[in-house]
Amino acid sequence: MLRYLLPLGAFMAMAVFLALGLSRDPRAVPSAMLDKAAPPISLPLLHAPGQTLDVQSLRGQVWLLNVWASWCGPCRDELPVLRDAAQRHGIPLYGLNYKDKPEDAVAWLARNGNPYIASASDTDGRVGIEYGVYGVPETFVIDGAGRIRYKQLGLITPDIWRTRIEPMIEALR
Amino acid sequence: MNLLTRVLTALLLAASLNLTPFSALAQTPAEPKLTPAEQQRADHLAHALRCLVCQNQSLADSNAPLAHDMRKLIHAQLADGRTDAQIMRFFEDRYGDFVRYDPPFKPITWLLWLGPFALLALGFWVLMRTLKRRNVTRAPLTADERARAARYLDTGS
Repeated sequence: MLRYLLPLGAFMAMAVFLALGLSRDPRAVPSAMLDKAAPPISLPLLHAPGQTLDVQSLRGQVWLLNVWASWCGPCRDELPVLRDAAQRHGIPLYGLNYKDKPEDAVAWLARNGNPYIASASDTDGRVGIEYGVYGVPETFVIDGAGRIRYKQLGLITPDIWRTRIEPMIEALR
Repeated sequence: MNLLTRVLTALLLAASLNLTPFSALAQTPAEPKLTPAEQQRADHLAHALRCLVCQNQSLADSNAPLAHDMRKLIHAQLADGRTDAQIMRFFEDRYGDFVRYDPPFKPITWLLWLGPFALLALGFWVLMRTLKRRNVTRAPLTADERARAARYLDTGS
């Protein structure tokens, strides 16, 4: 009996491993920034180049940092979701305008509506690297202690907002 | 000024005009100058780090803008006098183990490092067992079986 069960067991184990491997997104790299302090962003603000976005001053509240660019298609698709979510939940939404020309970015926001309290202009992508960004859009949920608690790779759909980000925000508040 | 000097001056001017764009290209101000040894270290690091965008290419092989930025950061940090280990650490802190082509040996990567050896050992064990069992089951023929075998071999029936 064992000599039939053993190969079957081995096969099942392999099947489970392969199925798990197939159901995962190979491009989704787990963020190394989880539970680390959100790095400072000393960059000029898109609409007020004289000012910078002070990450420290946001202590005590849960906030979102959305990495976007005018050259990024999915960024426009997630804009309504972000706008709606930020309004409905009163959650501070900030933008990191990644490797973009400020004039293109301003025009893009004027065209599509600006849901952000402010966007910092990361023209050379250096702050993006501090946050471990490797694609746009990416969205970080940052808790009251200033730590990164969640990173959404790619576009936020209404479904992803409802099932992953909203519960995370509720839990952190 | 005679004709010859005029022609020569014109040629020189034309040559210098032609050269300017090239020399301007050759030294972009952002790129710090590296010694040959530093350049070699930069190349080594660029080969040891993975491009996060293309994922199956090293920073050295990748043309992605992020890979370009990361190579520039390697150069800047080398020019700053950082060690190779510090530079590796910098990228690992931000992008995790995945950014290394040579993953570190720690609990989460044990299976990755030891798995092939474990599988090899398992295969060897199964092989040994099969061979042993085959030897055991091959018992000598009885006198009766021997006679039957001889009959088959002789007459074919």
